[in-house]
Amino acid sequence: MDKKRREFLKIAGISTLAGLGAPAVFDRLVSGSHPVQARASATGAQGGAGGQQAAAAGHSQAAAGTGKRYGMVIDVRKFNQYPELAKECVRACHTVHNVPHFPDRKEEIKWIWQTPYTNAFTEHSHYYRDEELEQNPVLVLCNHCDNPPCVRVCPTKATFRNEDGIVEMDYHRCIGCRFCMAGCPYGARSFNWRDPRQGLDMNNLNRQFPTRMRGVVEKCNFCVERLGRGQIPACVEATGNTGAMYFGDLNDADSEIRRVLKENFTIQRKPSLGTLPSVFFII
Amino acid sequence: MYDSGKIIPGLIIFVLIITFPIWYNHGDAGEVPKPELPKDSKQCVQPAAEIRAKHMQLLNQWRDEVIRDDDRAYFEVDGRMFQKTLQNTCMECHKSKVKFCDTCHVYTAVSPYCWDCHLAPVETE
Amino acid sequence: MFEKALKGNNYYWMWLAFLGAFMAIGAICYVRQYLYGLGLTGMSRDVSWGLYISNFTFLVGVAAGGVMLVLPYYIHNYKAFGKITILGEFLAIASILMCLMFIVADLGQPLRMLNVVFFPTPNSMLFWDMIVLNGYLLLNIICGWVILTAERKQVKPPKWVYFFVYISIPFAISIHTVTAMLYCGLPGRHFWLSAIIAPRFLASAFAAGPALIILVSRILKKVANFDAGREATDKMVTIVIYAAIINAFFLMLEFFVGFYSDIPGHQHTLLYLFTGLEHGGHVYNNLVPFSWGFVVLTTIGFALLCIPYTRRNDLWLAVGSASLFIGLWLDKGIGFVLGGFVPSPLEEITEYYPTLNEIMITIAVWATGFFVLTILYKVAVGVEHEVEA
Repeated sequence: MDKKRREFLKIAGISTLAGLGAPAVFDRLVSGSHPVQARASATGAQGGAGGQQAAAAGHSQAAAGTGKRYGMVIDVRKFNQYPELAKECVRACHTVHNVPHFPDRKEEIKWIWQTPYTNAFTEHSHYYRDEELEQNPVLVLCNHCDNPPCVRVCPTKATFRNEDGIVEMDYHRCIGCRFCMAGCPYGARSFNWRDPRQGLDMNNLNRQFPTRMRGVVEKCNFCVERLGRGQIPACVEATGNTGAMYFGDLNDADSEIRRVLKENFTIQRKPSLGTLPSVFFII
Repeated sequence: MYDSGKIIPGLIIFVLIITFPIWYNHGDAGEVPKPELPKDSKQCVQPAAEIRAKHMQLLNQWRDEVIRDDDRAYFEVDGRMFQKTLQNTCMECHKSKVKFCDTCHVYTAVSPYCWDCHLAPVETE
Repeated sequence: MFEKALKGNNYYWMWLAFLGAFMAIGAICYVRQYLYGLGLTGMSRDVSWGLYISNFTFLVGVAAGGVMLVLPYYIHNYKAFGKITILGEFLAIASILMCLMFIVADLGQPLRMLNVVFFPTPNSMLFWDMIVLNGYLLLNIICGWVILTAERKQVKPPKWVYFFVYISIPFAISIHTVTAMLYCGLPGRHFWLSAIIAPRFLASAFAAGPALIILVSRILKKVANFDAGREATDKMVTIVIYAAIINAFFLMLEFFVGFYSDIPGHQHTLLYLFTGLEHGGHVYNNLVPFSWGFVVLTTIGFALLCIPYTRRNDLWLAVGSASLFIGLWLDKGIGFVLGGFVPSPLEEITEYYPTLNEIMITIAVWATGFFVLTILYKVAVGVEHEVEA
């Protein structure tokens, strides 16, 4: 090839790349680096009243931050006292969130469930345990860790820790790689190996809440949608006033949950891993 | 032209195949879809022309604001308070996915995956 | 240069057709899996990664093994490898393609796979894995192709390609280190939470990759009249032997740590893999035959590679390399990944049995890899014959 043609092709190639990349660079510089902000400002600039206010509300809430850290105390002694209560908690959670029921252990999906003490607390001694611990199961769920390994490993930030300390799932972004399931030291996560609606009674759903689709990971979300409406988590509500579960803001020194933690000896699951769980157990 | 006996017919067949959608329907684009509008409300969260063009971006924006920024605040349009949710706001007025959403989506061959998770309202007919 | 792959004898076309059949079956099986969900595999809530990811892990190692040919030739000027570095580079291309296919087959929402690019997450090792794997693929394509073209035209390769050759060497180390880091940083999995995982991965990679190249070079000598040469083959065998020794040493250290400290968490998986675990009145041991198969096959392969008579004999060398390769596949592709999920974080045991659909998809990905490898090697061999003539 003669020299002039080579030079021309080189320049043409570089200009094409620049031309393709420039709008993306320009977009980022103009509307800020955060994609949500970019969209909000774009809609706000062009939109009608509703769009603009939504954008403004989005901005202010995102900037503010609430400084809360939600936590939970599970009083195992009370659950031993009321044997059917734990099943009520599981039923409440799975009903409110349209969690499917698949009887085969391989593909089961569970956000909260009961398991023997030996399985829940693997770091503790199981040598000559007392009868009550030996016979009664413990209620377990996602611990909403302060230092969550699942969030650390997610390649798309589909699972993330929100400002209130809740480890949430964004089902729209999850690619189903299941790295978070490998990373969770508590086995709290379930994957949708098939269409979850096959395990649901479609006439008996909570129509205020979506289901999930196949191919995404799901887990307890501390009822973040209920908290947004000023309600407490479904499992805590199901315990009524038995005092079997407490839920509140761990950062608020005057909250009920902090009082319970001060007055009772509590343990956590696998503390040596440094995940800083938000769920405490009174044994 | 070298091999013109094969190339010219080949080109003609190619053009026929590429323009198939145009001549197969005799230039008729089909009926404009008529989505059934809600009877008890005249105003959506955005003006009609705008929401028709931008509802996809708006829903994505709501999704990111509600889930990732935990901003579930109500917003006001014309004195009415709305929440940012597809199932509980949009479908409260537009009561049928089949009679509203699908009329345009089927026509334009768009299949959004919203309904894989979000529950469409129970169809009354 | 692809026209070299379009002419071949009947065995060549029959081999491609054989592979193509498996590729077609696998494609159908994948469609079935795409429509139903990953429930068509044997994976479960407790064993959430199965054959796809375990084969991916093994093949990243095989791809990294190509560096054992590139490093001596380009950095240390070991001229005897001159003919076969292209085999290493092309093997890396085929292996990485298989890795990428296994990842896509394993995703629950494959259409969203670009989310890893749109939402970069530097704290996630999968993000870095995506970067280094694709980077290494690109590097090998550039280097292999340019250098082969230069060889065909009988000129020296252009200076700029050496930049890519040199950075492909740390990239090769990094692809397998990053893949090891997927496992060795997870707090809940005691079997994987060990600093020796990355070195062990590299050692078994540097044994498996060149072993496959030795095997294929024996086949090429027989069917394509392409001789790697006595000296190059001997050196490759030496590399494989040392890498296999180091891998075995690392594994024995793992056993020591688990059984001398007597800490249950460090022992359970090793027991599950090699003797079976008794739990709740039931003995779980479905991976035991594979673990011992790994020990037996790698020992046989190692022996055949060491004994001078079998080492010099083409057939026994091929058998030994194949035995070692399969043994190392059993170690990494079956024992390591699947074992890490037993026992589960709640100390329960769920065993993993792949389904036929899953196995056919796995075979199809391997078939696709070998298909690509055959075509690339045909090109390389074709260029070699053209130059010699």
